[in-house]
Amino acid sequence: MPAYVLGRLLALLPVLFGLSLIVFLIMALIPGDPAQAILGSYATPENVARINRDLGLDRSLPVQYLTWLGNVVTGDLGRSYSLNRPVLDEVLERFSATLILAGAALVLASVLGLLAGIVSAVYQYGLADKLVTFAVLIGISLPSFWLGLLLILLFAVRWRLLPVSGMYAIYGGGGFVDLLWHLVLPAITLAVVAAGVIARLTRSAMLEVLRQDFVRTARAKGVSELGVVFRHALKAAMVTVIPVIGIQAGFVLGGAVYIETVFQWPGIGRMLVDAIGTRDILLVQGGVLVVAASYVLFNLLADVVQRLLDPRIAA
Amino acid sequence: MTMIRSALASLFLAGLLVLPALRPADAQIPSDVLVVGQIAEPASMDPAVSTATNDFRILVNLYEGLVRYKPGTLEVEPALAESWTISEDGRVYEFKLRQGVTFHDGTPFDAEAVKFNFERMLDENHPAAATGPFPLAFFFSAVDKVEAVDPQTVRFTLKEAFAPFLSNLAYPTGLIVSPSAVTEKGQDYARNPVGTGPFRFVEWVGGQQVTIERNPDYWGEPARLQTVVFRPIADANTRAAEMLAGGIDVMVEVPPDALGQFSGSDFQVHEQAGPHLWFLILNTKEGPLKDKRVRQAVNYAIDKQAIADNILQGTAVPAKGPIAPAFEWAYDDAIQGYPHDPDKAKALLAEAGAEGAKLTFYVAESGSGMLDPVAIGTAIQADLAKVGLEAEIQTYEWNTYLANVNAGLGDKADMAEMAWMTNDPDTLPYLTLRTDALPENGGFNSGYYSNPELDRILDEARRESDQGKRGDLYRQAQQIIVEDAPWAFIAHWQQNAVTTAAVQGFALQPSFFLLLHDVSKQ
Repeated sequence: MPAYVLGRLLALLPVLFGLSLIVFLIMALIPGDPAQAILGSYATPENVARINRDLGLDRSLPVQYLTWLGNVVTGDLGRSYSLNRPVLDEVLERFSATLILAGAALVLASVLGLLAGIVSAVYQYGLADKLVTFAVLIGISLPSFWLGLLLILLFAVRWRLLPVSGMYAIYGGGGFVDLLWHLVLPAITLAVVAAGVIARLTRSAMLEVLRQDFVRTARAKGVSELGVVFRHALKAAMVTVIPVIGIQAGFVLGGAVYIETVFQWPGIGRMLVDAIGTRDILLVQGGVLVVAASYVLFNLLADVVQRLLDPRIAA
Repeated sequence: MTMIRSALASLFLAGLLVLPALRPADAQIPSDVLVVGQIAEPASMDPAVSTATNDFRILVNLYEGLVRYKPGTLEVEPALAESWTISEDGRVYEFKLRQGVTFHDGTPFDAEAVKFNFERMLDENHPAAATGPFPLAFFFSAVDKVEAVDPQTVRFTLKEAFAPFLSNLAYPTGLIVSPSAVTEKGQDYARNPVGTGPFRFVEWVGGQQVTIERNPDYWGEPARLQTVVFRPIADANTRAAEMLAGGIDVMVEVPPDALGQFSGSDFQVHEQAGPHLWFLILNTKEGPLKDKRVRQAVNYAIDKQAIADNILQGTAVPAKGPIAPAFEWAYDDAIQGYPHDPDKAKALLAEAGAEGAKLTFYVAESGSGMLDPVAIGTAIQADLAKVGLEAEIQTYEWNTYLANVNAGLGDKADMAEMAWMTNDPDTLPYLTLRTDALPENGGFNSGYYSNPELDRILDEARRESDQGKRGDLYRQAQQIIVEDAPWAFIAHWQQNAVTTAAVQGFALQPSFFLLLHDVSKQ
């Protein structure tokens, strides 16, 4: 197992390298440059040239890329011109906010998705199954930014139960409870689609498992129905479900871009959107690297858990 | 089965019960704290580095310049300078500085500090030059040298007479920073600002808030609020929701569609026209618009009132000429512009033999000051179709758009949308309509308009330091520009804001700055 994990971690390096090259090329290819974004209507060729020189953007593309790469190896991700601070500081701060949101959403999606899938499978073709299947269909089809706005209008504006946006209250805020309180709406919005996907998959995995001989044997031994479903069937079904949760982690990270904008969550998704708009290439690079690395790590984690659950895969 | 059902049901119930119990006590915003909903995260708290109105809304409360705009106008009045004299030839400006002013870090404000500020921006070899780049330093490119005559007197010598110098000093690029703070913090100064203003900086939490508080040592009347929090809320719908839910006290740049939600007595809507112009650049060198009559026809054909009322829902007023009415001292009230008159447009087109001409029309997808560019572009296209002009729209993302348009329309396009916001009536025509401002000379004259008479007037106005005489020259310039119609004049944006009824003493400024010195809450 350690060799496997180490191998997968080493494979991360070429992925990140390739990714940084692609991001760099895309940013260089799309029209408009930082100087234009800074100067707006005042972007005379003369002013643009001056800003480009100050930002080191008048050098050739390979030189710019290699300089950046050389700095990254030493842990220096450069300085964001659009936020006037080191990229690393900004990225770490923003990424932790995204991790909190995405983590909460993923936990929520897993719990809801698993429960819904189990109920659906246990009561196959019953009323509960139909209700869950219908709810899942709705959940998967709803555009999440729209759902977010709707939740804001109902829970925050009309009923004043929950905060509209942000991560902590401006006044009297701070602390874990305040964070949870601000987390409810964005985490639910972000979790809905993933929960639907997980529910669907759990349902089919459970249906398959529940028909197998060992389940019949367990029932015959007199194991309680709860024990059959959760201890025997679910454990076997999880082998199929876990990798999907790992993939959903990626979707949740991607979906965070919209959700962070709607809920003004100070995460890395919104940071990236802003950075692309201002052509802040170093900030984009830093953000993409962190998001990509975490996506790969999530999947690795899912694979490791799967191997622990089902030793046959490793063999 | 029933066990599973009851287990699930109790889990669900437990969830319902626990959530409300966890709810934190309602934290009301105290009455001496004002929360402002901004449109974006600021880029920098260093006024020499900033270029965005969004940043300026914070900066003008932390810093002061030598001069400032008189409240409610774009006329210059004393601020950190108590008085000044201008030499006969308009090249030497001598400012007497206010005594006993200190920066928030306790260091004194004096002539050396002023000298430091301008040399930092203008001299590439200045020890603090690395705190740049300073994008708008060219506002002061006319400055040849800055001398500290004595601690209370500073003298600017210009390379040539440049009348917009004073209003440029009132612009945020001219706000005065603490030299010792800049020297100490270096590049980190951009996030640790120190000025002389009525508020001082407390903290900037990335993506969440910038907090400032009352400066107890302010030289003038102290600010009435204890604390102001600026929250970036990029999504306009969310910003409106925060306002409705009581999460913010002030909301700037309310989208036209959302204004209706704030009509009740709990809110107050503020509006103020600014020095903004939304116009179409017309190609005077190539294609059908080479003919002045066709350009005038385009102007007559467009229903500007309908655009202002229906698309922009009253957040703009129709434009009659190139200079915004907000520049009261330079605006010509007598100008009629081009009222909506399709018949006259058709007649002019017939006279020019340009009926049914095809036009390529550059439209931006979004952009600073562009309001609702796609909807406006489509409305203009429809208006032109009614008089028999066939405009084909090409849309571009904003940065791409600027690159395309600033390079000159050439033979690629006949007209292009554009918007400018300026602080002096000189800026826009000087940078965009002179013969010397053609794209090949590095200017913004993308429609290749050229009129030697206008060139002469604009040059003269730049040298004239008497504001009355300058105003007369700009009125002459407006007559010429309106007659020649190098642009189609569409609209002046009205800035808007909503405050809760509790907010007192709030007023928007024509400069679009957000001055909070006199604001309080009940």
